[in-house]
Amino acid sequence: MTIAAIDSPQTAVPTELARGRGGGGPAPKRVVVAYGFWIFILSDMVMFSALFAAYAVLSGNTAGGPTGAELFNLRSVFIETMCLLLSSYTCGIAVLSAERRDPTRLFIFAALTFVLGAAFLFIEVTEFAGMVDKGAGPSRSAFLSSFFTLVGTHGVHVASGLVALVYLVAQVAAKGLQAAVLRRLLCWSLFWHALDIVWVGVFTLVYLMGA
Amino acid sequence: MLGRLTWAAIPFNEALPILSGAVVGIVILAVLGTVTVKGWWPYLWREWLTSVDHKRIGIMYVVLGLVMLLRGFSDAIMMRTQQAIAIGPSQGYLPPDHFDQIFSAHGTIMIFFVAMPLVIGLMNFAVPLQLGVRDVAFPVLNSISLWLAATGALLINMSLVIGNFARTGWWAYPPLSELAFSPDVGVDYYLWSLQISGVGTLLTGINFVTTILKLRAPGMTYFRMPVFCWTALASNLLIVAAFPVLTAAFVMLLLDRYLGMHFFTNDAGGNQMMYVNLFWAWGHPEVYILILPAFGIYSEVVATFSGKALFSYRSMVWATLGICILSFMVWLHHFFTMGAGADVNAFFGIMSSIIAVPTGVKIFNWLFTMFRGRIVYKTPMLFSVGFMVTFVIGGLTGVLLAVPPVDFVVHNSAFLVAHFHNVIIGGVVFGVLAGINYWFPKAFGFTLDERWGKASFWCWLIGFYLAFMPLYQLGLMGMTRRLQHIPTPSWQPLLWVAEAGAIVILCGILCQVAQIYVSIRSRERRLDLTGDPWNGRTLEWSTSSPPPAYNFAVLPRVETVDAFWHMKRTGRPPAEPTYESIEMPRNSPAGFVTAFFAVVMGFSLIWQIWWLAILGFLAAITVVLVAAWSTEREHEISAAELAQLERAR
Repeated sequence: MTIAAIDSPQTAVPTELARGRGGGGPAPKRVVVAYGFWIFILSDMVMFSALFAAYAVLSGNTAGGPTGAELFNLRSVFIETMCLLLSSYTCGIAVLSAERRDPTRLFIFAALTFVLGAAFLFIEVTEFAGMVDKGAGPSRSAFLSSFFTLVGTHGVHVASGLVALVYLVAQVAAKGLQAAVLRRLLCWSLFWHALDIVWVGVFTLVYLMGA
Repeated sequence: MLGRLTWAAIPFNEALPILSGAVVGIVILAVLGTVTVKGWWPYLWREWLTSVDHKRIGIMYVVLGLVMLLRGFSDAIMMRTQQAIAIGPSQGYLPPDHFDQIFSAHGTIMIFFVAMPLVIGLMNFAVPLQLGVRDVAFPVLNSISLWLAATGALLINMSLVIGNFARTGWWAYPPLSELAFSPDVGVDYYLWSLQISGVGTLLTGINFVTTILKLRAPGMTYFRMPVFCWTALASNLLIVAAFPVLTAAFVMLLLDRYLGMHFFTNDAGGNQMMYVNLFWAWGHPEVYILILPAFGIYSEVVATFSGKALFSYRSMVWATLGICILSFMVWLHHFFTMGAGADVNAFFGIMSSIIAVPTGVKIFNWLFTMFRGRIVYKTPMLFSVGFMVTFVIGGLTGVLLAVPPVDFVVHNSAFLVAHFHNVIIGGVVFGVLAGINYWFPKAFGFTLDERWGKASFWCWLIGFYLAFMPLYQLGLMGMTRRLQHIPTPSWQPLLWVAEAGAIVILCGILCQVAQIYVSIRSRERRLDLTGDPWNGRTLEWSTSSPPPAYNFAVLPRVETVDAFWHMKRTGRPPAEPTYESIEMPRNSPAGFVTAFFAVVMGFSLIWQIWWLAILGFLAAITVVLVAAWSTEREHEISAAELAQLERAR
């Protein structure tokens, strides 16, 4: 059973109006919520693009300080990346389990997602701490300012994603898999996958090209 | 314990801020006192502060914008007076430190806390009604947006008496806005009030894009939407695409100031021009965020008061969308003098000139709509005609400024000041005032007084020309903007004309206050019982004035553009339709309470009271999470209840 079937449209749509050009009347809530969330993700991507642009402008301005090649450890970044990509997979299974009304499997895969996301954050924070220890903190140079801000903003997103995941799992536990909770879970998974896409950009532009 | 906040933050030795602060304080206390004595709090809380009804939220946005207009205008008239008297040996009455804060606050307030709330307020009020639906896509989010905008407005007003405001101009360019050159709280007030209200604006954008694209009455295809909805769509798309850039730019500046980073500093590889680029990558779309809804209002007003369908609806829509896209390709014209080189400047100069084409299409469409129409010169129509004349002048000086060599000469001069006031007052402000006069009867059930309305129009129009035409000339004579002291005595006569213009505009504002007062006093005589006082064309006029909370008991069926006009022509729907039960969103205190904690957080961040900032942040997040826990956000109105409500009206 799909979510579409769970949350049926509230207003009946006359067929002669429903064809094309958006004359079918107000869309069902499931569509409205997901659409709004897509627009939100779009705006978030615009913000990241500004941060990427700032990084592109400033990445060479090391002010005599360390460069990316001297700082980045591709091995740990690779493990970090794998954690995040894998968490997208477990997130996908978690949402599919929710759609199948299988809360046990949902909880297991949500927990796995949480652990992988937390591992990602742990590796990132360790990397940051190591850099600060070496005197390569965000106030060392414009390059490092933009590096910490771009990667850190992504990290803050992952952290808030983890908080939201715990919150939503608590909702599932308390309220069961009702339509509204499912909608939120689906939006959360959109958010989580979007963070993956941003990370692919970070991995490529910051780490691979910088190392 | 209290970070940087000490008693020294309150400028007891300066009469002006203390006096104005005292006046504002007394007014606020008087309002709160009246509300308390009369026992209005429960009503206010139930019907307004916690309301998620788009009409109420729209009205509150407009009230916020009008109140802040008074603040922004007092800044304006203070600057005009200073420039009129501080000539030659005289230093005027405003020292540089104070004058700099005033011009910074004037620009910031007028753009973010006057124009934005007014435009967003009118969109909130009219768009769902025009679309023939019952509310926006996310009503609680809408309330959060409103209260976050109010948070920003409150913070910026606090800077009047606690600490000071930025002295950097309304765009806060680094390196001046960096910690090294602006070490006090002024720039922090600027940044945090705009960051917090910016979150609200972004949420509004998401909300309205979703509403317009996904919630329309049955049969309302894209090309049957009223033009105001199209322009609102374009404007909100721009909000979604542009505001995150401003957020990112401000985040970088905040990190520079708070954590010693080097995005825009002079040392360690910072790049100031990146801020300027990011700022205007938001800033140019921003002017279209403001003007496009105003264009929509003119389209509605001109068609209604000419008794004709809008000329060439489709070209109007395509022109709107064209402007929407072009607005992202011109930002560099705000700083041709950066030195990007001739080819880059030529590209942006040409793109900027091209925007005049779709805008010209719109002007001709309005003119052809009026051509052979039965024109009724009510106040909204006067503002629209005044706009057409005035805006064309502003547009032409804009095309002049888009030519890089010309821009090199008049860059940063009073000519530029005259140009953007020309398009913002002649475009946005006239549009908003037309919109307020046009939709007021829909919102409150009685019309506004025409005599005072027309008087306010003439004052605004004449005052605008008196105030800003001299600035064009002064700019060409070499006067730069933001002068605290005028070195050239021969400029004085023109500056006095400008001062007179500001006073005439003041008369216009006073006429509006009188208009509202007189109309409320005589509301019994000016009731609008039909719901359609102007012989309107779009769906908002098909319901009663004021509309019930649910707008339409039965969603209208749309068969054509100008749906209501068509319904009037072909006979109305049956007197007693079959009602079905409907769901309406419940009130929510989430917006108001979140905003309260956002004020706490913003204020403590500005004064670096870290523990309180963390508490405020956690409290705001907790409120949102608690509000988001509920899955029962709607209450049902049954078919029987609905029928009863409808018969009672």
